[in-house]
Amino acid sequence: MPVDHQELNADRNQGWRSELRGRISAKERSALPRVKMPELAPMERILGFLEVNVGLNEEAAVLEARRCLDCSAPTCISGCPVNINIPGFIKRIENRDFSGAARKLKETNALPAVCGRVCPQESQCEAQCVYQKMKKPPVAIGYLERFASDCERLAGNISLPLIEKKSGVRVAAIGSGPASLTFAGEMAKNGYAVTVFEALHELAGVLSYGIPEFRLPKSIVRSEIAYLEALGVAFERNVVVGKTLTLDDLREKGFRGFFIGSGAGLPKFMNIPGENSIGIYSSNEYLTRVNLMKAYQFPSYDTPIVRGKRVAVIGGGNTAMDSVRTAVRLGAEKAMIVYRRSEQEMPARIEEVHHAKEEGVEFLTLTNPIEYFADSDGRVKQMKVQKMGLGAADDSGRRRPVVIEGSEYMIDVDTVVVGVGTDPNPLIPQTIQGLEVTKWRTIVVNEETMQTAVPDIFAGGDIVRGGATVILAMGDGKRAAESLHAYLTDKDGGR
Amino acid sequence: MNKIVEKEVLSENVVKLVVEAPLVSRKQRPGQFVIVRTDEKGERIPLTIADADPDRGTITLIIQKVGTSSHKITRLNPGESLSDVSGPLGRATHVETLGTVLACGGGVGIAPLYPIARAFKQAGNRLIAVLGARNRELLILEKEMAAFADETIIMTDDGSHGNKGVITVGIEEVLKREAVHLAVAIGPAVMMKFTALLTKRYNVPTIASLNTIMVDGTGMCGACRVSVGGKTRFVCVDGPEFDAHQIDFDEMIKRLNTYRAEEKVSFDGYMRSQP
Repeated sequence: MPVDHQELNADRNQGWRSELRGRISAKERSALPRVKMPELAPMERILGFLEVNVGLNEEAAVLEARRCLDCSAPTCISGCPVNINIPGFIKRIENRDFSGAARKLKETNALPAVCGRVCPQESQCEAQCVYQKMKKPPVAIGYLERFASDCERLAGNISLPLIEKKSGVRVAAIGSGPASLTFAGEMAKNGYAVTVFEALHELAGVLSYGIPEFRLPKSIVRSEIAYLEALGVAFERNVVVGKTLTLDDLREKGFRGFFIGSGAGLPKFMNIPGENSIGIYSSNEYLTRVNLMKAYQFPSYDTPIVRGKRVAVIGGGNTAMDSVRTAVRLGAEKAMIVYRRSEQEMPARIEEVHHAKEEGVEFLTLTNPIEYFADSDGRVKQMKVQKMGLGAADDSGRRRPVVIEGSEYMIDVDTVVVGVGTDPNPLIPQTIQGLEVTKWRTIVVNEETMQTAVPDIFAGGDIVRGGATVILAMGDGKRAAESLHAYLTDKDGGR
Repeated sequence: MNKIVEKEVLSENVVKLVVEAPLVSRKQRPGQFVIVRTDEKGERIPLTIADADPDRGTITLIIQKVGTSSHKITRLNPGESLSDVSGPLGRATHVETLGTVLACGGGVGIAPLYPIARAFKQAGNRLIAVLGARNRELLILEKEMAAFADETIIMTDDGSHGNKGVITVGIEEVLKREAVHLAVAIGPAVMMKFTALLTKRYNVPTIASLNTIMVDGTGMCGACRVSVGGKTRFVCVDGPEFDAHQIDFDEMIKRLNTYRAEEKVSFDGYMRSQP
């Protein structure tokens, strides 16, 4: 997405900001140490589902904001899939204009409190920070994003943008995860009447069923939804598009444009013997039971979960880390990550791996399960694994795991969570005529516009990418909104 | 919220609810199900759609009291509401004209069998219903089935109604007697297992509709997975009907018992909390 340099410069050249820049020298700024995120102690946090990262206080946030050099040509913004005006919001924090900082974030990002918590900043904006060239730790952009949006929420005065002209043209988003929510927010700001259709009884997709409370409190997700409702976005729960209503039904109801953000909801299993034994979950099921259905509060909530004592989680991504740390909180005495490559190749965020280790999780890397064994009731009791070595790099640039013959051994387990990835949900592509689908069952779009083979249908997030991050999904939603707006404006002058 | 507009007690353990769900009532086809959540703290449970009235915008659910969730839902009265109803889910029954179709229903399984059997009859098949229950009091929908079936055979374990014996006795009577082109079996897993073993001996193609544990019901979680012909399938999106001769019923029966201990804890707590 192109960065609007004119707007950035106009913001940067405001009097208060020039004055703020002049107050402290770049040398002094760069000599400040990077702030540390205060966290709950491991022994305390594993007793429940409280958020691990506590958040910065005002003084710490202002001090960290001071580290930002307010570069004339900021490189950080190019690392952000939604092009947040990063120096713009950070300098407002330094200036103690916290609600101004939150407004600046919301100009480009409908879900800053979420992104401040779950974005992999270390490989995006912070990876492009000018401090990287100076071999210094980057400005803690993510912590500051979280701080500004938390401030606004806790103060209770959420500001709403002025919507200049409401055309009332109806558009629909299918799925209510981060891609659709971003799309909905952008279209509402453009004056459209947006309805978001969600299959489950709860909104926000992976933010609700996938990411645990200890990493993303659901109260924050709810308040981000409330913000969208205040913008005029309508939400319909328990509607499985393709089943409850078809796209043609929606066209008949007067919807003029569509965004598909139905996600990569189908869990992958490894198809190894014994995998259907009791106590073997997909990470989707394990996390959904806990996060969406509140099984950690069973029997106060009706949905149960197997509370394993010896839990193996297969995989090395963020979902695997979320699952294994959930197992710890559900009382596992031994919680293991079993991953076929080495720690270096793990796709999980470093912070998640670090937190998992602090919480006592064991890492069995270069190890792969090949068979499960159950007792007479069908409950898993053991898994056979084999050791792996690393061969030449594969398509992903990571070294390919190779089996070490004769290295098999058994591990006692009573719960296994398979977190080796997900496939796109086929329901939508199957029920809409004319969509083009890849062999991985993702929907084909024009990468610039996110438009599908059907002109009034746009798509983004994991249904297009196959399994990526919240922020990339949000970037897609944003681009799709711009394109759909242009498409509809072109078609009938925006009426 | 989905309002309950009618309630009828069909037997000591079985209750029929007619529920407002306009969109579902228009789209549903025989064989499909809904996911229901009774209240804010409730489980998501799959319930097969027993009937629908698109003009009234209602669907009919028939529920057997087993654990906490089913007790909670059967205690609701007309005017009260279910928190959530989502559907119609799963694939509809593939209904075609084959000749003679044998509809085998055990216990509360007669409820989901009813719309499927009716659809086969409407498609021009000769329809023989074999309905089984523990006793007369627990047998449901006999009149409704008999209204369109060409023949209805009743089996009760204690002989209090119809013939005495398990359902497979009644099924085999028909199989011995005449050519059957398709059998549809719905009921407890054990009943479906033995029905499948029997019809296989007679080379009669058989489908079973499975009611496994589910959470989302849209293919997301895999709680409902079963082995069919040695391959893992999801009941919610690949089913709920499968070739009964290919289903690994023993694995399915074990998986149905996943939460036996937790269900007891939950149910004991629920019963204590009730006046």
